Amino acid sequence: MNTPATNFKPDRPKRLVMKGITKQYPGCLANDSVDLDICVGEIHALLGENGAGKSTLMKTIYGIVKPDSGEMIWEGEPIRIKDPAHARKLGIGMVFQHFSLFETLTVTENIALALGDDASDMKALAEKIRTVSARYGMALNPERYVHSLSVGERQRVEIVRCLVQDIRLLILDEPTSVLTPQEVNTLFITLRRLAEEGCSILFISHKLNEVKALCHRATVLRGGRVSGACIPAEEDPSGMARMMVGEDMPISMDYEKVIGEDVFLQVRGLSRISEDPFGVDLKHINLDVHAGEIVGIAGVAGNGQEELLAALSGEYTIKNHDAIHFPCGPVGHLCPEKRRRKGLAFVPEERLGRGAVPDMSLKDNALLTGFLTGLVKKGMIDHQATENFAQKIIQQYRVKTPHSGTHAKSLSGGNLQKFIIGREILQNPQLLVAAHPTWGVDIGAATAIHQALIELRDKGAAILIVSEDIDELFQISDRLCALCDGALSPIKATNDTSLEEVGQWMAGMFETENKTDATSAQTDIGAPHVV
Amino acid sequence: MDMDLITNILYAMIRTGTPLLIIALGEMVCEKSGVLNLGQEGMILMGAVAGFIVTLLTGSLFFGFLMAMAAGVIMSQLFAMITLGLNANQVATGLALTIFGTGLSAFIGADFVGQPIQGLDVIVIPLLSDIPVIGKMLFAQDAIVYLSFGLFTALYWFFRSSRTGLIVKAVGENPHAANAIGLPVMRTRYLAVAFGGAMAGLAGGYLSLAYTPMWAENMSAGRGWIALALVVFASWRTERVLLGAYLFGLASILHLVAQGLGFSVSPNLLAMLPYVATVLVLVMMSRNQSRSKMFAPMSLGKPFHVGS
Amino acid sequence: MLFKLEPRGEHSKAMAYLSPLLAGILTLITGGIFFYLQGNDPLYALKTMLYTPISDVYGLTELCVKTAPILLCAIGLAVVFKAQVWNIGAEGQLLMGGLAASALAVNIIDIEGVWVLPMVMLVGMLGGGLWALLAAWLKTHFNANEILTTIMLNYIALNFLIYSVHGPLKDPHGYNFPESAMFGDAALLPILVEGTRVHAGILFALFAVVVVWVLLSRSFIGFQIKVLGLDASAARFAGFKDKKLVWITMLISGALAGLAGAGEVAGPLGQLVPQISPGYGYAAIIVAFLGRLHPIGILFASLLMALIYMGGEMAQIMLNMPLAITGLFQGMLLFYLLACDVLIGYKIKFPWLGTKAAASSAE
Repeated sequence: MNTPATNFKPDRPKRLVMKGITKQYPGCLANDSVDLDICVGEIHALLGENGAGKSTLMKTIYGIVKPDSGEMIWEGEPIRIKDPAHARKLGIGMVFQHFSLFETLTVTENIALALGDDASDMKALAEKIRTVSARYGMALNPERYVHSLSVGERQRVEIVRCLVQDIRLLILDEPTSVLTPQEVNTLFITLRRLAEEGCSILFISHKLNEVKALCHRATVLRGGRVSGACIPAEEDPSGMARMMVGEDMPISMDYEKVIGEDVFLQVRGLSRISEDPFGVDLKHINLDVHAGEIVGIAGVAGNGQEELLAALSGEYTIKNHDAIHFPCGPVGHLCPEKRRRKGLAFVPEERLGRGAVPDMSLKDNALLTGFLTGLVKKGMIDHQATENFAQKIIQQYRVKTPHSGTHAKSLSGGNLQKFIIGREILQNPQLLVAAHPTWGVDIGAATAIHQALIELRDKGAAILIVSEDIDELFQISDRLCALCDGALSPIKATNDTSLEEVGQWMAGMFETENKTDATSAQTDIGAPHVV
Repeated sequence: MDMDLITNILYAMIRTGTPLLIIALGEMVCEKSGVLNLGQEGMILMGAVAGFIVTLLTGSLFFGFLMAMAAGVIMSQLFAMITLGLNANQVATGLALTIFGTGLSAFIGADFVGQPIQGLDVIVIPLLSDIPVIGKMLFAQDAIVYLSFGLFTALYWFFRSSRTGLIVKAVGENPHAANAIGLPVMRTRYLAVAFGGAMAGLAGGYLSLAYTPMWAENMSAGRGWIALALVVFASWRTERVLLGAYLFGLASILHLVAQGLGFSVSPNLLAMLPYVATVLVLVMMSRNQSRSKMFAPMSLGKPFHVGS
Repeated sequence: MLFKLEPRGEHSKAMAYLSPLLAGILTLITGGIFFYLQGNDPLYALKTMLYTPISDVYGLTELCVKTAPILLCAIGLAVVFKAQVWNIGAEGQLLMGGLAASALAVNIIDIEGVWVLPMVMLVGMLGGGLWALLAAWLKTHFNANEILTTIMLNYIALNFLIYSVHGPLKDPHGYNFPESAMFGDAALLPILVEGTRVHAGILFALFAVVVVWVLLSRSFIGFQIKVLGLDASAARFAGFKDKKLVWITMLISGALAGLAGAGEVAGPLGQLVPQISPGYGYAAIIVAFLGRLHPIGILFASLLMALIYMGGEMAQIMLNMPLAITGLFQGMLLFYLLACDVLIGYKIKFPWLGTKAAASSAE
């Protein structure tokens, strides 16, 4: 990555100054007298771990959140931003992490909706979208429906939506988390160009290398407070990391890479046409996971991860039974319960509303997948055994909760994830499939989860991790590959590959062993494809 | 089958299909904004009884229809307050609205059952109504039927070309995103529910003031539910609602056809036909799950709370 | 804003129990206002509706007679609603149960034997169960919305019933009335208290309450039903078979509604008539919600609903009110309940009361 533009001097006029912003939520002080200032033409980083208060602060700027106290000065004038429409009028644009797009509408319609009443001429708007997107190197077809766009393209829609207006401050919330490394570079070129033209950019991230490569200045948040400020280009990354996580936390652990033993999970020529019109077809996937190793699958969301995970967990059954093999034989046709009986455990991406039932107690949630471990006798629940199992998870995995009767939804993301991973690991699986295991959890929980996975690996279980976080995959995987548009890249030992290579795989730059086989997928049709 | 019979069947088809069309168009707007209001029966019946009583007391059909719509709107806002304001389950609240409206309308209308009234007259458009076969069906109807033609055209344009229509669709697909970009989610939903209520009330008024015309307990006879199924059948598309409403109109008058053709089938069995047709249509339209997923408003029936 | 909703972290258990009481009180108040507007003394009218019907022993036994079908339907609905399967078809299932039981009973009028009654009941359950399974099949195989199909099946069942009493099941010696012949003694439910109409149907209902209670609180199937209802996605993740659960729950609820129908024709009616049910199947929906889908709650709610039915009749006789007063009270009760239920998940705050009041109400 390039170094940040050098022509930036911090004595430029201020575009936005925030002083003493405080926001209290029930049971949580999200922002505690936060100060922040952004200059004209500056790319300013807002750094922080999950839960540090970054989202609250940027929502305050965009008028979604009203601060309890503090003042904001916009281009020299004190201001109170009433709502997003007001923010947009001032020239503030925001690119959300979870895109605020409408899938069933076209690109033009999506952009028109955000523009307010002045976007009545759709033809002119479409033309403007074409020119603006071409000018900043983000080609977009205004007539396309959003559901047909890739995640990267959707982000472009969000950015272009801000650019078609007179934009003065662009806020981007973790914009790189959904992009391949190459796409990240393209995005950075666009952002630098915007900044050179005088637009201010607030870049929210927790990735130090990106901040170092792009941003002029950085403000670091921890626990709702400003814990430091610096010029990233001149700052040592470990110094910034300390500001982010505090003194008492381990920044990152290095885990020894190992070579697995016998193959446990064998996937051969797994193909499947998606039933969902917005889904991805799986194309002739081959994959081995050995006992005692962690295999990581990188990839941008929406490239077939959900479909692959569903096929592995048994939620989709596969007509070609042999496509998925455990040592005991083919399992492609088996339902989730039968696969669990054969040694599978599974951690889904969504914690609440899948991995755990939000409105059930932890005890009931322990039973959710733990029912095979003697908690059910003759069709009746053994309440005492279930309670003991829940207690065991809570104690061994240090789940912070008053008691096992607490509803799953009132736990923090990190605590709930520890509970779910603990529940799966305590069933002594021989194969653990985990999707995005540390997504959105704080660093303490993430470290605990990584250690639990490594421990399980060292006990001889085969582990498959699907994640969007490349850094995490490099940290804990023994072998790596990537998923793009339903096809799987070659697999290499983590030590033998590089960020660039995995990035290319994520963008689909690899030879599949047998590309024509994708057509044989037709034999395993879930439902006719709707166009 | 002679020409006269066909002409009359087509005429009756439109007449019978009109209340369904009006209800279904109203409910479609409501559902497009993401709100599922199962209380159609309650709103129709309240519209029917309110319209009937007002017309009986004032002698004015115009005030009757106005009151019918007002009653529908009031009922719909009761629903909106509980589901949108208090975040209650839309399915249960819709059922409550149906039960409540059925009870209240019967209670209010108890003294008016069977009273005679001068119903809405047909307006015969000269020349055009003389066109063979389709003339009577399109140009010798009453004012509400003509109004329903206009309503259809307006909504067709609304969802195709208007910005407000776009907002309704956006709010129904993803209220969180809509809120984030500053669209008035709650206001849109309240208004959409109110429109649905107005239409249900109008259709109720049509039943008691033009179609029958008289008041009887439970006179909607499941039309609200059929209209709900119609919206599914139409995949939330205006032009298909029109088609569906008239097809159901036809199914409901099949006993006329049967009589015309000289068949004798038990009227009780024939009375089942619209309901059986509804089930069949639901099965046909829903069997392809991914298809329904493409068309149904994505947030349909899900509560949305600002700040959640 | 007049008020603000603030989510509670945990659902309030106390509010879950208080909400039906609150709804009941609000219904009484509104009902009183209605009576007042109609020119009646509200207290006297409410007493006529809610106390007079059960002020003597006979009234109490009649309460049991009315409770039986409501309780049977509602306890079945508790099971399906737990799974978030919206079976609105208890009414139709009740009618089909009554129809099936009658079809058997009128063909064996002269036959005696202890097996006759169990057969009639069983056929009734089968009638209701199969009618419900039809909707389950349409849902699991064709993805058809069960709310709409069960409603339609209600209308179809009603028309089919009317057709039957006008046609194939009409009493040949019945002066052309749309009624079946009276059942033989062997097909009639035994009377529990001499001189009243209380029949064994109420025992079936109480037994069903116990069975459903055990099913939902102790059995693993019950757990799966609850998970499916709260979070279908988690149920799939855990590998519970959602289609199977839909079939099981619909079968249970349909069979119990069918039993209710059979109990009516073989109990107080003694024959098949067009009006088996004054909307028991719909009232059961309210009862299920009012009773919090909990068997004991439903038991009490059924008694209340039966009382409202009797009260409506009493108001018609003594106050010259339309019978529709029953439906009005039912609708209000459900409406208020749904509105009060917001208190389970949310705290209500009134910003205009000032921060102090808001802070004190927060705890």
